[in-house]
Amino acid sequence: MYSKVTELWVGIFVAAAVAALFMLAMQVSNLSLAGSDEGYTVTARFDDVAGLNVRAPVRLAGVRIGRITSIEVDSTRFQAVVKMHIQSPYDNLPEDTTAAILTEGLLGAKYIGLDPGGSLENLGEGSEIIITQSSISLEKLIGQLFVNLTGGSD
Amino acid sequence: MTDFIRSLGRRFLNSIQRLGRGNLFLMQILRGLPSMVLRPRLVVQQIYAVGVMSLTIIIVSAAFTGMVLGLQLFNTLQGFGAEQSIGSVTALTLVRELGPVLTAIFFAGLAGTSLTAEIGLMKATEQLSGMEMMAVDPVHRVVAPRFAAAWVSVPLLALIFSAVAILGGYFVSVGLLGLDTSVYWGQMQAYVDWGDDVVNGIIKSIVFGFVCAWIAVYEGFDATPTSEGVSRATIRTVVHSSLSVLALDFIMTSLMFGD
Repeated sequence: MYSKVTELWVGIFVAAAVAALFMLAMQVSNLSLAGSDEGYTVTARFDDVAGLNVRAPVRLAGVRIGRITSIEVDSTRFQAVVKMHIQSPYDNLPEDTTAAILTEGLLGAKYIGLDPGGSLENLGEGSEIIITQSSISLEKLIGQLFVNLTGGSD
Repeated sequence: MTDFIRSLGRRFLNSIQRLGRGNLFLMQILRGLPSMVLRPRLVVQQIYAVGVMSLTIIIVSAAFTGMVLGLQLFNTLQGFGAEQSIGSVTALTLVRELGPVLTAIFFAGLAGTSLTAEIGLMKATEQLSGMEMMAVDPVHRVVAPRFAAAWVSVPLLALIFSAVAILGGYFVSVGLLGLDTSVYWGQMQAYVDWGDDVVNGIIKSIVFGFVCAWIAVYEGFDATPTSEGVSRATIRTVVHSSLSVLALDFIMTSLMFGD
C-alpha cells in the first residue's frame, strides 16, 4: 500500500498548493504592491471626506505612492483627520504640498491626490498637510447651481 | 396523537444524543492527533487517498468555474462598459467564496463519503472491534489519521481551486474575449487584499476542512453496522457536510466582510 509513489504524489500535491498560495499572494492580491512597510505617516484635515475609505490610494501625479490608514473626527474643530502612509521612496515631498480628494472618473472611487509645492523643506513623519481641498459633493454643486441660476434671473 | 408527540420527542432526544456523541468522539480524535506526529506515514497515506485523489476533479471543475465566471461577467459587465473590472470581480468571488465553499462541497461528496463508507464497512466487518481486541485503539489508529488528512487536504485543495479558476477566467477573458492582460491582473491586484481577502478565504477553508472531516469520520464510526446503515451514513455525510458548510459560510462571511 505505502510506497514511494504515494509520497511523491503527496509531495506534488503540497507543492501545487504552495505554488497556488504563492500565485494568490504575488499575482492576485496586492501583497507585491504593498512593498516594504517603510515610509512615513502624514496627516491632513478636511472639512468633508464623504466617500473616502480607509485603504484608499494616495496618488502623486496619478501614481499610487501610499494609502490611507485612518479617518477620524477631530471633535474640537469638527473636521475629519485623515492619516496617510506614504512609501519611503517618496520622502522628498515639499512641505507645502497640497492634498485634494479626487474621484476616479465621474462616479469612481475617491482617492487623495497630492500636488507638490515649492518649499525647500520636506514632509516627514507626523507632519501635517496644511492646504487641503475637500471632496466635491455633486449634490451641493447642483444645489449651488440652482441658487445661482435663480439668483441671476432676478 | 400521543404516539406522534412521543415520536417527536424521541427524534429530538436522538439528535441531541447524536450531537453529544459526536462531540465526545471529536474529543477522542483530538487526543489522538498528537500521536500522529510519531506516525506521519499513516497521515501521508490518507492524504494520498483523500487529497491527491480529489485533485483531478478539483482542477477540472475549478477551470470550468473560472471560465464560466469569465464568460458571464464579461457579457454582463460589457453592458455597463465595465469589463475592465472582470479581473477583480472574478478573483474576489473565487478567493472569498467560491474557492473554499465549492472545494468543501466537492470534498464532502468525493472524499468524505469514501471515508464514511470505509470506516463504516470496517465497523460492519468488525475490523474495528478486532483492533480493540489487540489493544489497538481504533480511534487513534484508523480515525485520527483520516481526520488529520482530510483537515489538511481541504485548505490545500481550496488554494489550488482558486488559483486554477483565476487562470481559467484569464484564459476566457484575455485569451478568447480579447481583454488586455495587464487590465486583468492590474485590476485584480488593485482590489484583492492579501490580509482581508486571501487570508480570510484560507481561514474559511480550514474551518470547512475541520467540519467536513469531523462529519465524515463520525458518520462512519457511528453507522449502523449493516450494509444499509453504511449507505445511510454516506448520505448523511453529504447532506450534513454541505449544509454545515453553507451555513458556516454565511456566518463567517458576515463576520469577516460585514463591516
